[in-house]
Order: sequence, then C-alpha cells, then structure tokens
Amino acid sequence: MFDLLNEIASSLKKNKLRTFLTGFSMAWGIFILIVLLGAGNGLRNGIQYNYGSSNMNVSQMWPGRTSIAYQGLQVGRRIKFDATDGPYLQKELPNIGAYSAKNTIYGANIVYGNEYVAAPIQGCDLNYTKITYMHIIKGRNINQMDMDQTRKVIVLHKRTVDILFKGEDPLGKYVVVNKVSYQVVGVYMDDDMAQRPFALIPLSTADKIYNPAKRGYNELGFYIEDLKGNMDDINEFDLSLKSKMGHKKQFDPKDNSAVYYYNTWKDYNQAQGIFGGITLFIWIIGVGTLIAGIVGISNIMLITVKERTKEFGIRKSIGARPSSIIKLILTECLMITACFGYVGMFLGMGVVEVMNMMTAKPTVGASQDSMVTFLNPSVDLGIVISATIVLIVAGLVAGYIPAKKAVKIKPIEALRYE
Amino acid sequence: MIKLDNINKSYVNGTSLHVLKGLNLRIEKGEFVAIMGASGSGKSTLLNILGILDTYDTGTYYLNDILIKDLSEKVAAEYRNRLIGFVFQSFNLISFKTAVENVALPLYYQGVGRKKRNEIAMEYLDKMGIADWADHLPSEMSGGQKQRVAIARSLVTSPQVILADEPTGALDSTTSIEVMEILKSVNREGMTIVMVTHDPDMAAMAQKIIRIKDGIIGSIEKV
Repeated sequence: MFDLLNEIASSLKKNKLRTFLTGFSMAWGIFILIVLLGAGNGLRNGIQYNYGSSNMNVSQMWPGRTSIAYQGLQVGRRIKFDATDGPYLQKELPNIGAYSAKNTIYGANIVYGNEYVAAPIQGCDLNYTKITYMHIIKGRNINQMDMDQTRKVIVLHKRTVDILFKGEDPLGKYVVVNKVSYQVVGVYMDDDMAQRPFALIPLSTADKIYNPAKRGYNELGFYIEDLKGNMDDINEFDLSLKSKMGHKKQFDPKDNSAVYYYNTWKDYNQAQGIFGGITLFIWIIGVGTLIAGIVGISNIMLITVKERTKEFGIRKSIGARPSSIIKLILTECLMITACFGYVGMFLGMGVVEVMNMMTAKPTVGASQDSMVTFLNPSVDLGIVISATIVLIVAGLVAGYIPAKKAVKIKPIEALRYE
Repeated sequence: MIKLDNINKSYVNGTSLHVLKGLNLRIEKGEFVAIMGASGSGKSTLLNILGILDTYDTGTYYLNDILIKDLSEKVAAEYRNRLIGFVFQSFNLISFKTAVENVALPLYYQGVGRKKRNEIAMEYLDKMGIADWADHLPSEMSGGQKQRVAIARSLVTSPQVILADEPTGALDSTTSIEVMEILKSVNREGMTIVMVTHDPDMAAMAQKIIRIKDGIIGSIEKV
C-alpha cells in the first residue's frame, strides 16, 4: 500500500498541471455548492424572518352589532363572546386546532421606577402562543396556575423591557399598570412589527380587574390545521365558521357586521408559496452545481486516462496486471478528489462564515424599519459531505470506465498510441 | 527455448490481411538472433507474438516449454514480467520517472520492496555505465543513454529472453554500435536475444540472421 501511494505521489508530483486541474474542478464544485447553498439559505431565513406572523394560518373574530333582523330579533343587537364559544366551535369544526380568547386593554401605561412605556395590555389564555407568532426568551409564559388564581403577573415584550429596565434583570420585579402592580415573570419576542407591543396578563386577571361588567371577550382567535386546499375550501370553512357562530349567537350568517372576521390564509398561502419557491430554487442551484461538478471531474478524468494510454502500455509490457493499473488510476483519483474536496469544503465554509459575520443582524427595537433580506446563511454539514461523496464517486466512475477501456487495449496498440 | 509451429496471424481491418502464414521457428537458449525482412513482411508482428504483446490465430508457441496461447491478461502480464525483457526503438521509458525508477518498475510489479528494487536497479545501471544518470529524467538524457536505461530495465528481472524491436533505429551510427556491443556482452553472459532490424550492419553483429519473406521464414544464415 505504501508503495502504491509512493507510486501515485510521484505521478502527481510530476504532472502538476493535471493534478491541479483535477483537484481544482473538485474543489471548485464543492466550494460553489456551499457558497450558493449558504446564500440561498440566508435569503430564505431573511424572508422567513420578515414574514414572521404571516407564517401561521390563523383566523380572528371580533364581536360587532347585527345589521339584519333574525328570527324576530332586532337590528343593532350587540354580539357578546363568552367562554363557551371556543369549545363549541372546536367541537363543530375539526379544522380548528386551537382557540384563544383575548381581552385587550388599550391606553395603559407600564411604569417601573422613573420610566414608563405606553403599551396595550393583552389578557390572554394559555393557547395564545399557539395562535400568535411569539416566543419566550426569558422566564416563563403565563400558566394554568396564573389563570386559576387570577395572579397579577405580566409577560413583557423585549423592547418594553429594554426601555424600562435598562439591562437590569426584570424577572421577579414589579411594574405598575394603571395603579395595579404586576410581577414580571417572562420576556417574549415576536416578529417585532408592532409599534406598541402588547404586555400579556392572564385572561382571568384581566376579566376581574378591567371587565367587571362581563362585557364579553373582544377577540377570539383560531389556529387552523390541515387546510392546505384551494380558495374554495377556505371559503367554505369561513362560511361554516360564521354560520355555526350565527347559530349559537342567533344572527344571520350573511350579516357581515354581527361579527368581524379575518383569516390569514391568503397571506399564509402566499408565504408558503414563496418559501416553497426559494427552497426549490436552492435545490435547483444545488443539483445544478453538483451536475456541473460531476461533468467537470468526469471530463478531466477521461482526458487524464486518454493521455496516459501509452504509459499504461509501457507498464503492461513490463508486467503490470490490468487490475494494478485500474487500482493505480482509482486510488489516484480518490486521493485528488478527497484532498481537494476537503479544501473546497473548508474554503466554502469559510466564505459562508464571513457572509454570516458581515450580514447585519436585525436590531432589536427598530420595529418596522428593520426589514432584512439575508439572515444566518448556513449549510447543512450532512448535505456538504454527501455532495463531496457524490463528486468523489462520480470521479471514480468517470475514471473507472475509460481505465477499463484503456487496460483492454492490447499493449502493442497502447504502445503505438501517441 | 522458443518453439513456433505453424503460426498464422491475420489482421482484420476492413479487408483481411494475412501477415504470418504458417511460420515455424526454433531459437535455442543463449542465441543472439536478428530477424530481418522488408516492411510488411511480418517481422514486427512476429516479435509482438513472441513478446505476448499480441495474439496469434492458429498454431502453437512454446516459450521455455510453456504454451503461450489464449492467456488471460493477468497471466500474460505475469509472463511478460518474469520471462521477457523488452527493448523498443522509441525507448518507451515513463517520462516522469527517473532512470533508476524506470529500471526498478518491473520489480515493483513483482512486489519487491522499494529499497531492494532500487538497489538492484542501480546495479544494472552501473553495469550499463550510466549509474551517474540514475536520478535524471529521460528528457535529460541522450538517445544512447535512454536505450541503456531501457536495456537495464529489460534485464532487471533476469528474464529468459530479450526482445529488441529496432533497438538502434533512433540512434546515430556510433551510438548504435555502442548499444549493439552492450547487447552482445549481455548475450555473452548467456542471455537469449531476439532482435528485429532492417539494418544489415546491425544484423551482422548477431550470431544468426533470420529473413522473413511473405509471412514465412525465407532463409536462415549463420554469421
């Protein structure tokens, strides 16, 4: 084995241009693949970040007043949402994955020390996170105990925390909201698109303090599952949701002001289309680059073997077995492609890292202005390694076929070959 | 030593060309034989069959009492390595290997260790008088030097027979004579040599001249 490697090393050293060209086509294929995939992923992550909340299929319903008389009931009757509406609709419509009732208190001021932030307060139940694009970055979310005991706890938006606490740890501290003090239990982050992000408190607490007259919830949200069909399907869903609600609250399903209704399906569908398009684009880039790489490496191997036909003839005339010549070619091919593939991989990863460092991170607190088109460019190491293996195998196959042909030529013909 | 009986060989290349037409030949151990003939007479074809570089259609060929017929490439390679040494008109050295590496290559295919085979190769280069050029590439050497390297390479496995195809064809007359002297001295040490040439002066330095005419032996004369 050591002898074989020596034999190959000397052949590689003496044929520097050929070695370089073979290696370069390998390294270049891998390098371009990684850089393009990285850039494609960066683009997708950036757009996904911008889409934020649109990347969920939710619908919302707000109560209004009837505008059509229904079963002897007058026009102008107020519709009131209560705690039984959610469970009822979920039972009637299997596509509803989760529902969440909300009560929003506008015009509140959150005070801590000498600082204050004007922010609406959202009374929400446990399903709120399922229908809203948000995640807890510190502490915890509102839980069942908070709901049951109507605790005065609050979960603040990251931006609110930055203004009020200025780097201080907010957890366990008390903030005052319209003369009622709340303990901060968590910090959340969303797509950061709202000018005045909500502060979250338990729905039961909000009801008790701000809605003693029991005027009903002012919003009902649904998370919709398994509804990937066309526009007709979603229209049908909307219609049945409204008619069920109309049945329960006794209003005409055609009455457009009894409840106001919004479904994000259109946005969601569009976003899914864009992500699908980008993913397809990345795949086309990847597969295309890989094919270009395979063609490149195959070409150079073909030429290499052709160029060495006479050498193989000489080797055969002094006693080289066909298998030993094939072994020579394949091992040589393997060594070049593996070494240079590694180099290409290394350089490609390096460039992706540099891209990652140079792309601006979205700044917290800048709100609507902080649109990004490029975020966290990265490549899956598994994909990179399989691509390298594919190229190495392609090189081996591309070397093996002409090598097999070359050793089949009678030595006398190979010797005459110029 | 070499026993050819009724060898026929045709090349089919569009039209069939019958090159060797029932050729019979005996060459004894230790002989130095020159094969002559007009171009197209079949002398190169004969040499290629002798060297197991080419196949023949019918007849029998015994080399050292081994029947050389319908061999697999693997076995043919083995026999070429152990039984035959080649010297070509165009030297056929591997261009990116030094003189000593070229000479040692047949031993590499026998599985001889690197140190050992370089030692043996140096010995043969020394015998050819070009030990000082051991680390030079073929492109840095003159024609005569290259042919000496090629002869050293053909001898390095101690084969049964040396087959030389126009060994002086690419050399000037002075160098040609030098190379012939080397072959003669190798022959004096007991090596069988079969040489194809069209140069009567070179053929005259062998012990026996075999003339091929129209695919069969035309005449055999002792020098």
